[in-house]
Formats: sequence, structure tokens, C-alpha cells
Amino acid sequence: MNSSHETLAARIDARFAGQLTRIDSACGELTYELGKNDLIAVATALRDDAEFGFEQLLDVCGVDYLTYGKDEWVTESATGSGFSRGVEPQPVILDESDSFDPRRFAAVYHLLSLQNNTRLRLRVFTGDSNPPIVPSLVEVWNSANWFEREAFDLYGILFDGHPDLRRILTDYGFIGHPFRKDFPLIGNVEVIYDAEKGRVVYQPVSIEPRTLVPRVIRDDNRYSADLKDRVNDG
Amino acid sequence: MAEIQNFTMNFGPQHPAAHGVLRLVLEMDGEVIQKADPHVGLLHRGTEKLAESKPYNQTIGYMDRLDYVSMMCNEHGYVLAIEKLLGIRPPPRAQYIRVMFDEITRILNHLLWLGTHGLDVGAMTMFLYCFREREDLMDMYEAVSGTRMHATYYRPGGVFRDLPENMPKYTASKWRSQKKVDRLNAIREGSLLDFIDAFCDKFPSCVDQYETLLTDNRIWKQRTVNIAVVSAERALNLGFTGPMLRGSGIAWDLRKKQPYEVYAQMDFDIPVGTNGDCYDRYLVRVEEMRQSNRIVKQCVDWLRKNPGPVMLDDHKIVAPARVEMKDDMESLIHHFKFFTEGYCVPEGEAYAAIEHPKGEFGVYIISDGANKPYRVKVRPPGFAHLAAMSEMVEGHMLADVVAVIGSQDIVFGEIDR
Repeated sequence: MNSSHETLAARIDARFAGQLTRIDSACGELTYELGKNDLIAVATALRDDAEFGFEQLLDVCGVDYLTYGKDEWVTESATGSGFSRGVEPQPVILDESDSFDPRRFAAVYHLLSLQNNTRLRLRVFTGDSNPPIVPSLVEVWNSANWFEREAFDLYGILFDGHPDLRRILTDYGFIGHPFRKDFPLIGNVEVIYDAEKGRVVYQPVSIEPRTLVPRVIRDDNRYSADLKDRVNDG
Repeated sequence: MAEIQNFTMNFGPQHPAAHGVLRLVLEMDGEVIQKADPHVGLLHRGTEKLAESKPYNQTIGYMDRLDYVSMMCNEHGYVLAIEKLLGIRPPPRAQYIRVMFDEITRILNHLLWLGTHGLDVGAMTMFLYCFREREDLMDMYEAVSGTRMHATYYRPGGVFRDLPENMPKYTASKWRSQKKVDRLNAIREGSLLDFIDAFCDKFPSCVDQYETLLTDNRIWKQRTVNIAVVSAERALNLGFTGPMLRGSGIAWDLRKKQPYEVYAQMDFDIPVGTNGDCYDRYLVRVEEMRQSNRIVKQCVDWLRKNPGPVMLDDHKIVAPARVEMKDDMESLIHHFKFFTEGYCVPEGEAYAAIEHPKGEFGVYIISDGANKPYRVKVRPPGFAHLAAMSEMVEGHMLADVVAVIGSQDIVFGEIDR
């Protein structure tokens, strides 16, 4: 498996020198990052060139890197105030600035080549524009259609050139993009039956958000490669 | 004279043939469909967002509820992705159990598909026949996990427990006579493996029964042959996977091409269609049931001969047994840490794909090193299939929509997530 990966990586490096940047992976998967202006040209070449032959686009995944690497609970030092594991819910501040962190939103594409039996992952960051925007790949792989609609619905990423960019998973008339990290888990509105009006109405949520298990990041080196080798050698 | 124009028709979301909550807006010219616009998302529960707020293991149960007719296969995709990030492999016995239950699940899924597809198109008897066998498969789920559907049986590092030595039995009641109970319990006397073995011996003749009812049936063929033909090239471009792709004549099966667990050791064939119509997809799935039965049989033989652990012995990611906990301080701490905080997964990203009964089911996890995933993306096979609905039904009659929905094997739990 690894050798075929390396041949593919060598071919990609030779063909798209300077356009694609390889990202290291511990899981033996090939990941490349590229600029959004190169996306369509690179995708078309990946599909049509026999040496790549990626006939299928399996998945388009939106990602919001707003809180990447942030934990909720300090683990380096113990507190003097007791053993409470509770975490105060962080107030959600909607980020409505004119420009985002250029590495905040990304679209991740998973490609599959049947003839070469290889997989490839491409990641495109949307840049600092608000709303975030990337070119659409519907013309290259038609399967991108609904997956791009989904990424638009959940993250508000616009796909330039998409024929029919509507919401897909959320309710008719939904406001906001629910999978953004600044969108609260419990949502903003709830539905109740209003007895006076005799119909179903929306109102602001009345539930208090709770965090039962805080998010922690521990220095964990049990699975680091050099340590594992030492265990195996010993 | 009145002006004649196309009219739009609403199909679902509460139509019995819509397989759940599909709303189709159809643009019709007389009885011929010009365009179909599926509206999905009526079952959207935000599984992926929920997963971001829970430790890794607590999301396994949500995976069952994605495609709720092939529960364990969904778990498998998720668990594989975590294992890939952690860099662990379950013990061989666990891998065989997983393969066996994946195939049991495939039969379970295809039986529901065959029953409802038949029912939609007018073959009422199919439904009754298929659900008869499904009952036995549900019993296998129940014996191994305690529940008939939402098993939460696969865990990172193996499976939750070993196969039980005895099967749950029926008891006589007001509604079930002792005589009937004795008959039902006759094959439940031995262990779970005996029960599965007996099922495997019986099942091919059941498939023969289904085939006598449908394969050469004149009405069935009128409703499915040459309906919704998809060429191999289009199927690839539309992102089709699984039986939908194989029905169009492409021999692609992850179990063969990118084997995971112990599929490389299994002896089975990949059925492939030629025309890419509803009838070919039917033939492919029926043959897949026979092949799955072969795999289950091989797993049963192996599992009988090779006892062993079914979980890794690493208490950082696997909870210790309750017995150990009672007199071992270390285990108590592990137990506490496991169920309160969970385990931290190294930073990175992984995509694990399995050959789900409906196609390629992929789980993409991004971890930032925390005890909760940063992003979980489920790649549901049915989503890509349903996206092609408009193209597939164009130019067909209204009644064919039902046949196409059936042939796509749509389940909304996975499409809406």
C-alpha cells in the first residue's frame, strides 16, 4: 500500500510542482493542500490524466478550524478550589467580521481512483473573504453537487459556479450555518405549540447548555512512533 | 381550448413508498416525469455536530442510528477510523467476528430492501418472506449485544464481548403455545455459532424461494427491466458505489480491492450487472446475499476452531472488566478515567471506508489531540445515489419513481444524518 502511495506522491510532485503542498500523515494517507485558484485545473488533470485517473469524487467535507487545538479544562496544574469537573459554558459570540482568518474554513475533497486503486485527499482553504468562497467542482465530478450544497448549508461556504446552491439538510427557512464552531450545539430557536394562537411557533431556546465532559488535550505519547518502536524492540 | 402545461406534483414526505421521509417535487408532463427535485433533511439530527461534543466512544451508538437497517456496518466505519488514528489493530478473533456480523448485517439490509422493494412494486408476499428470515438475524444481534437493532457492539480495539454460549429462548405465553415455542426453540438449543451455522445451511434455499417469486416473474420484469439505466461512465461520475456501481458493470468492491479486517482470507465472488437497470441491481443484491452467506459460513468455521481474546488488553482505550475493578486499584482508575474523560486521540486525520451494504460508507475524522473529535464527517452512500434521482427518473412514468427509489436502497437515517 505504501509503495503505491509513494509512486502517486512522486507523480503528483512532478506534475504539480509548486501548486500542491503535501501534508504529513501518520495514518498512511495522502493529503495535499492547494490554493483555491488552482482547484479546477488540478482536479481536471487528476481526473483525466491516465497516471492519476481519479474517476470518483467520493466526498466533499466542510471544516471550520475556529477552535482547533483549544481545550476547555486546564490539565497542566491542579486547581486549589476543589475537584469540580464542571466547565462554565462559553458564551457564543457570532463571528460576523468582514474577513475571516484565512485558515478558518476549508473544503476537503476525497478522491478515489479505481484503475490505480488509490485514494487522495485535497484540502482547499477559503481565504479571508466573508462569505467564504471556493470554486465548484460540479463540472468535473457531478457527484460534488449535493455534497457542496451540504457544505454550503452547514458552513456557509459558497461554491462559485454551482448550478443550484440551496440549503439541503436544514429546515425550510432556517437561519445560520449550524456546523460552524460559533453556532451553539443547542441551536438558537425551538419549536413549541402555542395554545393561544392555535399553531406551532418558533421561540428562542429555553434550554441551558451543559458540558458534562470537558474537552481536554493531554500530552499523550503512548502512540508516538519512536516510543512504540522502543516497546517493540524491548 | 385550455392551454396545456406541465404541472408540479408533490410526492411524500409521508408516502408509504418514500422509504421514510423523502419529499419529491416532480415536474410532470402528463404521466411522464420531466424533472425530480428531492427534498431531504427531514430526518436531520446533526449527528456529526453531536459527535464533536462527546468523547469518542459515546458516538458509537449514534452510528447505529444513521443507517438503521445496517447498524453494525456503520459502527464498523467509525471504529475503523478511530483505530486508524490510534494506530491499533484488534485481535484476529475480533476481526473475524466483525466480518461475520458485517455480512449478517448485509443480509439483514438486503432482506429489508428486497421486502420493501417488492412491496412497493406490488409483490406483497416478498415482504412477509423476507421479514421471516430477518427475525432470525435480529435474534443474532440480540444474542450478541442485547438489542435487536442498535447494538453498539463494535468498540475501538475489538468488539464488546465474545460470542455467547447460549441463545435467548422463547417462553410460552397467552399468545404463543408451548408447542410453537418448542418448535422455535429447537434451533436455539446450542450456542450462537450453532444457530448461525443452522441459518447458513437454510438460507440459500430461502433465497431460491425469493427468486422463484421474482426473477422470472413477468410483472416484476416489466416494472424493472430497462428502468433507470445508468451507464458505467455516468455511475462513476455521479459517485455511485456498492451495488449501484456493480449493477452498471464495474467490478469494484472494497472487500476485494482494499481489504480491511480479514476479508483478504475470505473466499467469495463479486456479482456484476451488465445493463445498469433496476433489474440488474436486483440481481446483484440477491447474489450478494448468497455470497455473504458463504462468508458467514467461513467465519463460523474459523471462530469455532480459534478461541481467543476479542478486545485489546490496553486499558487506556478499553474499559477493564468489572471483576478486575473490584480488587485492582489500577483498573479502578482506568475505569474511572475511561468513563469520565475518555481517551485522547493523537492529532491527525483519517478516512476509513468500508463496503457497506449500500455502497462505500466512509468516516472522516479530524482530531486535534483532544478526547473529543474535532470534526466527524460521515460519507453516506445513499446521499450520492439520491442526488442522481432526477437523472434516473427523467422520461419515466410516475409509477417508475417508486421502482427507482426501491432500487437505490434509500434509507433516510444515513442521508439526513
